[in-house]
Amino acid sequence: MSKTDISRRGVLKSGAVAGAGLAVPTIFTASSAHAFTNEPTGSSVTLGFNVPQTGPYADEGMDELRAFQLAVEHLNGGGDGGMLQTFSSKALKGNGILGKEVKFVTGDTQTKSDAARASAKSMIEKDGAIMVSGGSSSGVAVAVQGLCQEAGVIFMAGLTHSNDTTGKDKKANGFRHFFNAYMSAAALAPVLEKLYGKDRKAYHLTADYTWGWTQQESIAAATEAMGWETVNNVLTPLASTDFSSYIAPVLNSGADVLVLNHYGGNMVNSLTNAVQFGLREKQANGKNFEIVVPLYSELMAKGAGENIKGIVGSSNWDWKLQDEGTKAFVKSFGTKYGFPPSQAAQTCYVQALLYADAVERAGSFNPCAVVEALEGGDSSLPGISSPSNKGYLFDGLGNGQTLYRSADHQCFKDVLVVKGQENPTSEFDLLEVVEVTPVAQVWYEPDNPMFAGGNLGKCNPGA
Amino acid sequence: MDAIILQILNGLDKGSAYALIALGLTLIFGTLGVVNFAHGALFMIGAFCAVTVQRFLTLSFETVDPTRTDFLGNPMKVKTPYVEAWFGADTGAAIINWSVPLAILFAIPIMLLIGYAMERGLIKHFYKRPHADQILVTFGLAIVLQELVKHYYGANPIQTPAPDIFRGSFDFGTILGFDPNVIIYPYWRLVYFGFAAIVIAGVFSFLQFTTFGMVVRAGMADRETVGLLGIDIDRRFTIMFGLAAAVAGLAGVMYAPINAPNYHMGMDFLVLSFVVVVVGGMGSLPGAVLAGFMLGILESFASMNQIKAIFPGIDQIIIYLVAILILLTRPRGLMGRKGVMED
Repeated sequence: MSKTDISRRGVLKSGAVAGAGLAVPTIFTASSAHAFTNEPTGSSVTLGFNVPQTGPYADEGMDELRAFQLAVEHLNGGGDGGMLQTFSSKALKGNGILGKEVKFVTGDTQTKSDAARASAKSMIEKDGAIMVSGGSSSGVAVAVQGLCQEAGVIFMAGLTHSNDTTGKDKKANGFRHFFNAYMSAAALAPVLEKLYGKDRKAYHLTADYTWGWTQQESIAAATEAMGWETVNNVLTPLASTDFSSYIAPVLNSGADVLVLNHYGGNMVNSLTNAVQFGLREKQANGKNFEIVVPLYSELMAKGAGENIKGIVGSSNWDWKLQDEGTKAFVKSFGTKYGFPPSQAAQTCYVQALLYADAVERAGSFNPCAVVEALEGGDSSLPGISSPSNKGYLFDGLGNGQTLYRSADHQCFKDVLVVKGQENPTSEFDLLEVVEVTPVAQVWYEPDNPMFAGGNLGKCNPGA
Repeated sequence: MDAIILQILNGLDKGSAYALIALGLTLIFGTLGVVNFAHGALFMIGAFCAVTVQRFLTLSFETVDPTRTDFLGNPMKVKTPYVEAWFGADTGAAIINWSVPLAILFAIPIMLLIGYAMERGLIKHFYKRPHADQILVTFGLAIVLQELVKHYYGANPIQTPAPDIFRGSFDFGTILGFDPNVIIYPYWRLVYFGFAAIVIAGVFSFLQFTTFGMVVRAGMADRETVGLLGIDIDRRFTIMFGLAAAVAGLAGVMYAPINAPNYHMGMDFLVLSFVVVVVGGMGSLPGAVLAGFMLGILESFASMNQIKAIFPGIDQIIIYLVAILILLTRPRGLMGRKGVMED
């Protein structure tokens, strides 16, 4: 009889250690074969579009995906070229990116940070995505941006409106074209003052995560500065579907304005509940009771139906704008899909183009070269005297002159104040643009307290 | 005081939905002994019956209006619902406006049929299998139904408004002597509560005062003996499954104007409804109704700002806390019978 030293447990342990070793993601291990993560070696390059296909923001996610598909088509020379024709940079030729055909993979963020990270990770590790874009929630954006920074790929944020994305959670590999809560508040406050006066008492219902918190903070600060009082702020879970128990006490709170810091399905439900409770027909403190939704989109307006009429909010972009970029994009998108694009679609389409353009200008897919191209040197927005007014200036993508500021990778451009259309002329005519707030009015310095605490750090090329 | 009355009222409509779903769950469990995790999906399908009727009534034909252009600059296609063309603009608009109440007529046969098909096609094969198998297969079925609805109707909530006459809210406070606007309650939620009360009373009367109901109750107490008496109890239980599905479906139809239906709404109610059934006592119909209203109102109270200031997040866990307390002190639930699920 021979006795071996191999025990069952020993085999299992060594197996587990070996397995874990093999499972360590290749992107986090040094590889001398590539200069940076997922360096494209063949005739194509893969982009990863990570959007919510389920959950409260699914509608936005599906529209983002449509926009990405259109952008890829245009980058590869298909269709009518869309905003490639109007973009101030002429680096893109419609022959892919650096001559490589653009391919893409998609993932479902489910509007959950862990699911979004998992799908982004899979796109980077398994599919070889060199850039990740999309998303419709700031919680998700912050999480995926962090992952991309570690992995050494570029993150072109989709619809994310929290101050934190380019504030305390900013990263060198991450870029945001969409506007943010501070800008919404800065654009909205003067319009609210004009419409509802200086003496108002506001009650806030706020989605309980990073975007909700920063939007509430921004709106409260801007409205208090013009004389409004914030009576209460109630945090509501993102998963809530019935807001009646939060809305019932509002009328008796002494407030005469309800601010809904909700987005997507949350906003559709909370606004519907507020209208059911008859808030808009009530009087409080001798004034008409008003509801404000600081950020909303055409898709939400469609979801909310009749309830949205006359409700004031802000928007990053609207398909009814009359500049050449917008017209070109609406024509391409409308012809392909049969309806006009949402603001989520526009920001994602533009981000895909901006990334491709930066690669072309840099002449390399290396993330650090791309970061340098998007930070853009010394061009600046006219009419704003500030040392931080530096970055990559472009035009023709639907928002007028826009600066990708190098200090925090945030885009600065005009902001729209919108109102639910009272008398729509068609099924797509849901929002009325009340005012185009000039960029100077929504400008802030990178060290603004609402954005403090973060550090861009250094770009990470990965491998 | 006014805040307390307000939250009691608020809890009634949520409680009504819990009670209606839990009633159906208990009926199925009490008759067929099946733990039906697809019951939330039946509630969701009910709500989508309302959406379907609304879509059907707003089916439109297109005419080109050359005087106007669409967003691409082409001549605008104007949609006119067929009902407006057939019955005149006013009558047609009124019919569309009443689509949710009309959907009740559509939902009853559809839900009975779905319930019947579900029981005969799938669930009857699992009667003799362990409860864990039943839970797995019905949960799987719920996911399939949910994904089917998502495929055909999309992932987003679809507004299904109540008739205009029920818009706005009723000022309860003025009746009770409070100031105006202190206790307000939307009309449709009052309608929902009244409707739930009628359905619940209807189900109880059916079981209590009809021969069919008597046989079903006898079968629930002792299925074998009733079978030995030559009564086809299985067929009656299948009908009860259809009835339970119809109750869940009606709860869903009427809930559609309260919260725009989405494919996931069944799951949101399912877990809470199971807690309601367990708290009420497995197999006890009055227990399910009582616990439904009780937990709905408690949940509403827990979301009061004053209470949340002391216990943050209590609104998310109150139902489960109460369930733990009740099960610790009364292991069979509030009105549970001995011997149910104890073998």
